[in-house]
Parts: sequence; C-alpha cells; structure tokens
Amino acid sequence: MNILVCIKRVPATGGKITLTPDAQEIDARMLGFTISPHEECAVEEAVRLVEKHGGAATVLTLGPNGATEQLRDAMSIGVERAIHLETDGREFDPIATTNAIVNAIRGDGTNYDVLLFGNEAADTGDFQVGVRVAYAFGYPCVTGIKELAVNGNKVTAKREVPGGWEIFEVLMPAVITVKEGINLPRYPSLPGRLKAKKKPIATSQPAWQDGGLEKIKLMTPPEEAHQVEILGKGAEAAPKVVDLLERLGLL
Amino acid sequence: MILTYIEQDREKVNEASFEALTLARQLAEQTNAPLHAITIGSAADELVERLGAFGVRTLHVASSEALSAGNTAVEYAPAAYAQSIVEIIHAQKPAAVLAAGSERGNEIMAHVAAKTNLPMAANCIEVQAGDAYIVTRQRWGGSLFEQAKLKGATKLLTVAPNSIPVVTNSFVAQTVGTNKFVTTLSENDLRTRIISRVETSSGKVSLGEARVVVGGGRGVGSAEGFKILEELADLLGGAVGGSRVVTGLGWRPHADQIGQTGNRIQPELYISCGVSGAIQHLVGAKGAKHILAINTDPDASIMYKADYAVIGDLHQVVPAISAEMRKRRG
Amino acid sequence: MNNFPSHAHVVVIGAGIVGNSMVYHLAKLGWRDIVLLDKGPLPNPGGSTGHASNFIYLVDHSKEMTKFTLDSVKQYKELGVFTTSGGIEVSRTPERVEELKRRITSGKSWGIEGMHLISPAEVKQLVPFINEKIILSGFYTEGIGTVDSLRGGTLMREAAQTMGALQVFPNTEITGMQVEPTPGSGKRIRAVETTKGAIQAEIVIITCGLWSPRLARMAGAYIPLTPAVHQMISVGPVPQLMDTVGEIKYPIIRDMDTNMYERQHGSDMEVGSYAHRPILWEPDDVPSIEKAALSPTEAPFTKEDFDPQLEQALELIPDILGNEQVGIRYAINGLLSLTPDGFPVLGETPEVKGLWSVAAIWIKEAPGIARAVAEWMTDGNPEIDPSGSDIARFYPHQKTKTHVKARSAEGFNKTYGIVHPREQWNSNRNVRLSPYYEREKVLGAVFYEAMGWERPTWYESNAKLLDEFGDRVGKRDAEWDARWWSPIINAEHLAMRERVGMVDLSAFAIFDVQGAGALDFIQKMAVNQMDTPIGRVTYTNFLNAHGGIKADLTIMRLGENYFRVVTGAFDGARDKKWLIDHLPAGPEHGEGPVTLTDVTSAWSTLGVWGPKAREVLQSITEADFSDKAFPFATCQWVDFGTVNVLASRISYVGELGWELYVPFEQGARLWDMVREAGQKFGIAPVGIGVYAVTGRLEKSYRLYGAELEQEYNLVEAGMARAKVKEQDFIGKAAYMKQRANPPAALLCSLTVDDNTSASGIKRFMQGREPILTLDGGPIEDARGRRSYVTSAGAGPTLGKYILMSYLPPAYAKVGTKLKVEYFGEQYPVTVAAVGATPLLDPENKRIKG
Repeated sequence: MNILVCIKRVPATGGKITLTPDAQEIDARMLGFTISPHEECAVEEAVRLVEKHGGAATVLTLGPNGATEQLRDAMSIGVERAIHLETDGREFDPIATTNAIVNAIRGDGTNYDVLLFGNEAADTGDFQVGVRVAYAFGYPCVTGIKELAVNGNKVTAKREVPGGWEIFEVLMPAVITVKEGINLPRYPSLPGRLKAKKKPIATSQPAWQDGGLEKIKLMTPPEEAHQVEILGKGAEAAPKVVDLLERLGLL
Repeated sequence: MILTYIEQDREKVNEASFEALTLARQLAEQTNAPLHAITIGSAADELVERLGAFGVRTLHVASSEALSAGNTAVEYAPAAYAQSIVEIIHAQKPAAVLAAGSERGNEIMAHVAAKTNLPMAANCIEVQAGDAYIVTRQRWGGSLFEQAKLKGATKLLTVAPNSIPVVTNSFVAQTVGTNKFVTTLSENDLRTRIISRVETSSGKVSLGEARVVVGGGRGVGSAEGFKILEELADLLGGAVGGSRVVTGLGWRPHADQIGQTGNRIQPELYISCGVSGAIQHLVGAKGAKHILAINTDPDASIMYKADYAVIGDLHQVVPAISAEMRKRRG
Repeated sequence: MNNFPSHAHVVVIGAGIVGNSMVYHLAKLGWRDIVLLDKGPLPNPGGSTGHASNFIYLVDHSKEMTKFTLDSVKQYKELGVFTTSGGIEVSRTPERVEELKRRITSGKSWGIEGMHLISPAEVKQLVPFINEKIILSGFYTEGIGTVDSLRGGTLMREAAQTMGALQVFPNTEITGMQVEPTPGSGKRIRAVETTKGAIQAEIVIITCGLWSPRLARMAGAYIPLTPAVHQMISVGPVPQLMDTVGEIKYPIIRDMDTNMYERQHGSDMEVGSYAHRPILWEPDDVPSIEKAALSPTEAPFTKEDFDPQLEQALELIPDILGNEQVGIRYAINGLLSLTPDGFPVLGETPEVKGLWSVAAIWIKEAPGIARAVAEWMTDGNPEIDPSGSDIARFYPHQKTKTHVKARSAEGFNKTYGIVHPREQWNSNRNVRLSPYYEREKVLGAVFYEAMGWERPTWYESNAKLLDEFGDRVGKRDAEWDARWWSPIINAEHLAMRERVGMVDLSAFAIFDVQGAGALDFIQKMAVNQMDTPIGRVTYTNFLNAHGGIKADLTIMRLGENYFRVVTGAFDGARDKKWLIDHLPAGPEHGEGPVTLTDVTSAWSTLGVWGPKAREVLQSITEADFSDKAFPFATCQWVDFGTVNVLASRISYVGELGWELYVPFEQGARLWDMVREAGQKFGIAPVGIGVYAVTGRLEKSYRLYGAELEQEYNLVEAGMARAKVKEQDFIGKAAYMKQRANPPAALLCSLTVDDNTSASGIKRFMQGREPILTLDGGPIEDARGRRSYVTSAGAGPTLGKYILMSYLPPAYAKVGTKLKVEYFGEQYPVTVAAVGATPLLDPENKRIKG
C-alpha cells in the first residue's frame, strides 16, 4: 500500500515562548525545530503500516527551506521519499495549505491508499487541513485517531473518548488524522539517519494565496505561575493523596 | 443571523457549547442580528429553555432517516452532522456559525468548511465583528494567542473550551421557536460514522501504557526499597520505573528507566518518589497528565514540574498511601 | 523570604560542581558565613554540570591540569561517587600511534600508574563491540572512570551545611553587583543584588560556568570565556548493554582521530564529538530555565553538524550503532565554556578586589581546582600551582570578545588534537607589534606569539649562516622534533656566541614603581637586597607566603625611590596584579605612598650580546662602555645619537652585552643604528629561539613556568642567595626554613648521551618527558613530585643536547646516569651540572667580556 504522511516543521518549544519583535513568529533563534507531535506519530504509524502490509510511505511538508530537516527525520525512521512544498517562510492558511497539498498529490502521480495527517498542527491548531484534503479527493476522513488497523480495503480507526473508544470503519483510499498516543514514535537509528541523507526529496514552490484566514499578530497570554499543590507533609498526607486518586478516576 | 451549533452526544449536551453561545450572543449584539442555534437529533425541553436564556430566537433541530434508523439514539457521523449546518447556511445565509472547539466541534466545523469552501478559525476566544472578523484564537494549545482576520460570506469559528465565562443573566430571555427539519444526506455523508463503542479495560501494563506509574529515584535508597513502590503500583494497576540514577546504581534493570534515554511514559498520573527531577528524567515523564511528587526537599527540581506534592520521606508516605487505599476498599 | 541574609562573608554564585566544591573546601579550611546562590533549582540548576558526560580521563600534557584531575578523582572517590571503568584512547593513524606514546610519557611525568599501550586485539578483549580492524593501537588507563557529579556536588554542599558554614538559596537570580572605589583607581566588591534581596559581602565568587562573563560584567570585571557547543547523542536501548548492572561496565573509548568518544551509560551508548565546526554562543543568548526546551545549557541539536561523525562512529562500533533497533534517544548541543588558551579562569579578578572567578572548568578537575582556589584564598599558597589558569594572566586585548571568540573557536577542534608544544595560533595575530617589526619582516623573521606580541623566533635571512657553521648547527630528521623549529636557531646561537647578535625583547612587561614608599615596597616584594646604589640592576624573585616562587624578574634602581621592574611577557599581567595587590594602602580614598605605572607600551627593548657587543655599541655612543665605567649588573642613561637610551648590562644568554630600553617611537632608529654599526662586526639578528632556549640552557638559566613555579622553592631551584637580607619580605620565614632543611629535589642540567632511537633516527626531547632510573622506573622526591624534563633544547656551543630537571638529592650528583623517555623509547642521560652551575663558561668570563 502507498501511504502519504503530511507533516509540519514547528519550533521545539519546551518552556516559555517568546515572540519576534514584529510579533509575527515565535523567536526560534535559540530553539530547535521538530515535526509537530501528532504528525510525528503519523509518520511512525505510516512506517508501521508499511512494515506490516508492504508498500511505501512518502512524507510531504509545506514549509520553508529548513523543513527538509523534518523530511529527513521522517525518512530516517523508514519513510522512503519526500515531497517538499517549499515556501518563502510566509504562513499558508488552511485553504492555501490544502490547495498546495492537493495540487502536489495530483502532480505526484501516486495513488495513495491512506493519507495521514496530524489531528492539528502544534503551531496553528487549525483542525481542518486533513478534512479539506479529503473533500478535495472525495475520500472519507476520520479525525483524532489513536488506533489504526488496515484489513483488506478497510481501515478501522479508534478514537479515544472518556471511558472508552469510538470505532470507525472506512474504505480506502481515506484520510486519517491521528493524535499523539497512537504510538510511541521510534528514534532514528544511526544507519537510518545515514540512509535518510541519500533518499530523494522532490521540491516545488507552490504559490501563496489568501485563503481567508490571515494572521495579524501573535500575542503571549498573561502568565500563570506554575503552582504545585502541596497535599501535606509525611504519612498524614495519605488520605489527601487517595482523594486525589479518586478525583482522577484511578481507583 | 448568527448560528451556534449545540453539540450533543446521545442526548447529552456538551457544556462547551454554551461558551460558543456566549460568544455568539456577543456577536449578535455587535451586529444587531438574531441568534439561532442548531442541534442534531432532538432537543429536550430543558435545553430549549436554557437556549432561551441566552436569547436564542430559533433552534433548528436536524434529523434524518439514516441517522436515527431503528429508533436508536442518533449515532455520530461528522459529515452528516456538518451537512445539517450546511443546509441552514445555504438556506438562511447566517453571518457566522460558531461551535465549541471540542474534538467534535472542530471536526464538524472542518467538514462544514470543506463542504462550503469557507475559511474557518478554530479555538477563538474573542471576536470583533466587521466586514472581516477580527478574531483572537488560541495557538500552541493555548500557550500563544493569535489575532487574525477571518473572511468569508459566512464566518466559521469554533470557541476554545474553558476560555470564556458563560453569561446568561444579562439577556432578555426569549421564547425559542423550534424549526425541525430533515437533512438530505448523501451516501458520502454517512461513510464515516461510529460503528461501535468499547469500554476501557484495565489490567497490569507496561510502563509506556500504564495509567499510573510509580517512579523511584535516589531517595528510595536501595533495590529493596522499591518493594513499597511495587505494592502501591499493584494496588493501582500501574507500573514501576526508576530514574537513571537508580538504574545506574543497579537498583533496577535498565529496562525500567524512565527518561529521555529510557522509557517515555504517558500515564494519567505519575507518582514520583524520591526523584530530584533531573531534566533527562522529566523529559521522559512529560507525557504524564499529572505528576505527584513525594520528596523530602521542597526545593527539588521535581517540585517545579509537579502538580501535586507531598513533602516527606517516601518510606513513610508510600506505605501510608497503600494502607489508606486498602482501608477505603475495606 | 524572611531568612534571606542581608550580609555574608562570602557569596558563591552558581551551584554546579564548581560552586559546590568551592563551598565545601572553604568550609573545610575554616571559612564561615558562606552563602551559595543559584538561579535554578537543586540538585541540577541547569548549567553544564547537568548534562556533562561525567567521565574522567587522567592524562593531559599539562602538569597543572593533570594534577587538578588526579586530586579531583581522589576526592570523588572519597565521596563515593566515582566508578572505575577504565578508558582507552584508540589510534587510527600512525601519527596518533606516536601521540599516544607521547601521552603515556606525559602520564609518567605526572605520576599516573596503570597505563598500557595495547594492541587492537587487546582493545577488542576489553571492549567486545569495537571494530578493532580500523584501529592501530590503544592507550589503556585503568584508573579512568565516571562520576556522578550532581550527587558529588550535593554531598559537598551538604557537608558544608553540616559544618555550619553555609546557607543555600536556589531559585535566586543575581540582578546586579555593587562595587565601591578603593584608594587609587581600584574597585572592591560590596554586595550582590538578587531577586530575593541584596547581600553585602566581602568576597563574591563567580562559579557559574558559561554565565560567568555576564556576572563579571555586572561588577565591571572580565571573565574571558565563551559558551560553546559540544555535541552529544545517546543511543539505545542497546541489547548488548541491557543486562549489565549499573551505570558502566565497559571501558570508555576515545576515538582520538575523529575527535569523538563512546561511553556506555546504562543501556545507552553516548557518543560525543569535538569534531564539528566551532559553535559559539553569547552568554546573553543562553535561554532562561523557563524558556529552555530542556535545560538552558542543553541547546537544540543541529543534526547536520553531527552527520559526518555518525559514519565514523558507526565504523568504530558497528555492532551497536549499526543496529537499526538502537535509536538516537537524546541529542544535544551541550553548552560548555571555552577560553582563549584552553585553560580555566581562576582567581581574583584584576578589576575588582574581592571578586573571584572559578570558571571554565570540566567535571574532571572541579574539586581539585576548588581546593586549590580555597587554599589560594586562605593563605595564598595552593598546593597545586594554578598559575597557568590564573585569571590575571590575561592582558587587556585577550579579554576582548574578538580574541576570546577567535581563539576559543580555533582551540575547540584541538580538544583531542595532536598539539605540538610549540604550535602557534592562527587567529587574531599581529596584535602587539614592536617598533622593529617591519624591519624584522624584511629579514624573514618567523614570528611566534607571546601574549599578543609577535616575536621573531628565527630569521630566514640567517640561512646563510648554516653553511658557515656546518655540522655544529645540527639537523633534525624526525618530523615532530623539527616541527615549529629551524636549524637556523642554532646558527644564530653560534653567530651570537662568536660575534654578536641583536634580539628584540619588546615583549617585556615593564612597571615603574615610584613614590615615597617605593624602596620599602620593593624590599617587601623581592628576595634580594634592593637598597642598592642607584643604577644597580638586580635579578631577583618574588615568593608567596609559603616560599613558593611567585615571580622571576629584574629590577633597576633608577632613583632613591624609583624602581623599574622588568618581567617576561608570559608573566607580566600576573606579576602586575601581584605587585598591585601588595601596594601599601593610602589614606581613605587617597593616593598611597607608592604608585605603579605600567610602561610596557612606552619602552621597547633591544638586546645586544656577544663578544663584539661592546665594540658595536661603543662605536655609536660617546658614553664609556668599558667594564670599569659600565660594570655588570648596572644601568645607565646614555645617548645613541639623538636617542636617549636606558642601557642595562645583564644577560640571559651568558654573553657580554646590554639590554637597551628605548622609547617606542625611537625604537626603529636605534635598531638601524645598531644594525649598521654591527655590520663590520658580523652582527646577526637573533631570535627568541636562542634567547629563550639554547642561549639560556647552555647557561642553565631558569625560566618561569618551566623550572620556576610555586610548587618549587629557591633552594630547590639552586637560586638561594648567599645571604638573606635583614629586611622582611614576603615568604621570608618560609625561605629561612627552606634554607635550613635539606631540599627534597635539586634542579640539575643533564645532557643526552645517545639520542639514537631504535630505528636509528636521532631524537630530540621537547620538554615535560619523565626522567627515569636506569631500570626505567620513575623518580619521585620526598614531596611526591616526579622528576621530569622542565626544559629541553640544543646547546650548539657545547655540542650537547641539554635537559633540565629537578632530581632528588640522591640523583642530583654530577655524573649520575639516568634515562629519559621520549615517544615510548628510553635514552641515556647524565647529570652534567647541579644547581646554578652553568654548563657553559662556569666562571662567567664571557659576561664579564
């Protein structure tokens, strides 16, 4: 089977975020970049599906020149090739992103059985590109998936809800957007990393368009100091701990 | 007209819908437009009454043969739900449609957006009406806000849950008119739907899967010291792990290491016992939804990451917790 | 916080391994009322200690650093946080095979046991997962191991608290420093300002690693270091390691030729690199704890910088790193501190009294350094001489950001490099130029740098002398011995000894000491009687309070209360601070009775020496240069045409001659005059290769930093004066005691009997090699100090190769046969002179002329 996994390069924020002086971006000078976490799991899922069912996985990203780093990351754990829709650094809104991806898939010539997305990108949190791409191709779409299985031409997908799971079943080709927790992405091995350097990246430059959602500026929310709740001192705190366990539904 | 989607799952209303409604009400006031709501399946009387308190003039209740076949409760199919909203958009051309930024709210609105090819802004917390709307929305899971311009004949937006105080008392209550209609669904609208549900099961699990992880650090003192941690983990159906110090000292096998160079855990609760909180350890535990730290040192690094803490010697605290659990279980 | 103190005797900033070690050693030495602050939480506040790979290799070519390391290992063992694993440096190239032999000889010099040169097969036995086929040899040291530096730090901190000496405040950030003026133009620390309030303090110690420069600047001081990246990845889980118990079972590998290391850490293998491009940071760019993804000093990994290393690592450890199930789980651009010369930055800052720096320190040496600094603070006499790391060594240009960055970047890739003892820096050269520089360039001078000064080491234009002196010049067939060297040096030597040479000595650091208290002050500083006739030049030493040798210099008495102090470029900045530190205090906020003026940049120096020196100089001056009118060890103001020169009749090469001190702007004119007048006497420009090596070694003259250091005393150095002056001076009591007791070692001059190697090539030791007994055993004196070569060089006039070394009295006898080890081979040597007796011209007839 052929799987396309769409990923996004985002700053690896670990703590307090600072913005650039023009408030257009996160100040990433001293930050690294990573694959947006849901999509990192999508890559792992793609590789696992291929390992199980054969075929090949392709990774696609829309992003600046530096996004090749994330494409190589994906290829270092088993994705075979990459498509880079290279931007000049401007942000594409969801409609523009969708159009760029759709055009790229049409131009690619591969018939993908499964298009994997993250449920939402960590940075923009738009929750819609996967769905829009599904409609563009007339494919079914399931979002927010934490378990995935392929059986013949069917995909069974599970979504986690409080207390249980909702089960979906769709025919391929299909769009699935996955959530962190669907798997534990593997780490790249040294041979994997070295192989990835030699795998092909097809690059094109899609035109930017105004899709109707336009960033004006970013803002940092008012700070909330982290407060640890002290449940007590010594053994006497035990009842409060058990209360907490109860509250979290762990008993 | 401003339309708000009221989310229901098997006749249970998602309370986040009322945050969306609060923002919708503000928009209605800004633009002097009537406020409508839409829900799928049916609407209980008390729901209709609550909507009245927000000033909702009309509630559209959509249903369809396909979704309610066999008298069972309406089962969820995102495209079908979206189609109901799309019909109202086509018929009544609302200025905006709002929904809760819940998982389903975002999903349904994404389908609405895809079906209508309209822009959509997810997880808004503020909105200023105009030719284009100026919205403030959450990014990075709420760590950052964005001010953005949202265009479109009908503006589509979802409202970030737990971000807006729900306000009703300032409005003149309305008598809500109900518009029941049957949505025309295509086969494609029903391709994606819940075909079954399963309950979560419990049992002894690995560190990576465990819902509760009990982790030990140098404070445990010895390999034998882990017995009390094992006991607590057993009571909770959880798993036991250790910091790199602990595996480095040979108190636990390397396979039990929690950390960047060991297991990454993602439990509901991580109970860390005598762990100082080295970064390498915390990175492995950052998937935990909650952290309870048991430590003698209130200044230890772990205290800056923990949500809950007990200050004290784990050798006294941990057995006391186990004892308390047994006592309550009788 | 209500228990936050408003006053402390000592405030230590930074609770990494250095800060914790500092508070511990201060407490142990009896210091009390210490406060330790860190902006981060404990036990890992987020500095470099927190991400260190924590392994300790023992051998370094530097004695100072090795001694700090050995002391640290001892301390870590006492704390119970050291795990011995052994370690192997492997070679992939023939040049490295030789370097590993050199490392073993250094290890022997510094007293390290359990070192073995082993075969690839033996490496494989110790480390079964290594690909032994690509290595040529291994240098295995049994005593290498790993340390839990966070635990060690915690234990030391807690010990200081238990002693009642210390209060600790984590999560307290320094926001400012208060200083107050001292008499003269100096400053003294008064208080630190923090997020929890200000603390008045007599002493503030900056131990916060790569943040140190920023803190020093708050007080107006400089700590010249830069944050820099060291890349490290950790891969796992490794099946071969899963079932090992504890942190480490297999020896640590240093793959020297690829600048990498591989170290087991539990079930992971850590691979670190010093091969990537230098990546320097600004202290201000290091993120706060809140903003950092990991810790502030664990910066995002830049993969492309590490990619070339992946292949090399894979090649060496294919069984583990080639396993596709073994993943890169952790990868960082770890930030550490680099300095322009690779040494730590220790001691009180010259800019602010009471403000100390203990920075740019690795895990392997931290507790040892802390002990030395604590001793230094307590009574000025650290057991291990920290002079090479003294913050006062830096001249102003060396504290500039440009210099710090240029040299740190250049030095980074030398971390595992094969660095020749004479190797020169490429970056930031031509910083300090003498007035003769342009003329020297024309003469083909080959410039070596001395603290910024460009000094000719030899002149290519003297190549013509090679023919003249023929075989006496000597040649070197081994590339290493001939590296950064030229036979022309020896030819210049012979030209000077037989005719006359002129030497550029402008790099001298020169201080004028004047004022009503100048004589008393100089008396207090110097060992020799300084109440001499005006015009006397005295070669003397400064001692520390315990009689260790602190400085080696000449002092001219120019007036009743006017002294000119002349010292070497390498020691000038440090000696200046020593002098300033002891200037007598004046009235509050007023001038003291003595002033010190740094006139280094005002006076250039030209040395003229050789049998014809008098004739050359006499031909261009009307002043009387006869022995009677201008005796040895005197100085006079004389006119050379329009140039008024301070001529000083002394010599560091054992020849008749003068140092001519001339205003900088007239230096070139003097050069031209001397050179022109010298033509008919066959004058040659002579480089530092003669002045600092061959010339002095034939005369057994000592060099500060080689023979002379705080760990040895004047009696041992053979420099005890016949009489001790009546007046008090620093270190006098200790000096008296040293004189009364037999010395543990005596400085000797040795000659190499046969320098033919097993392969038939003549070899030439470069210094720092171990001196061994005839059966190849190490020689250790009663104070536990090994005998090693302090200086080595040719003696072209003697026709001998000369070594200097401290030897215990049993061996310090003329004629004693011993051995020296060089690149793994041992060569016979003989003690040729003991103490101050020179090999050449013991009656000093040449100097008298």
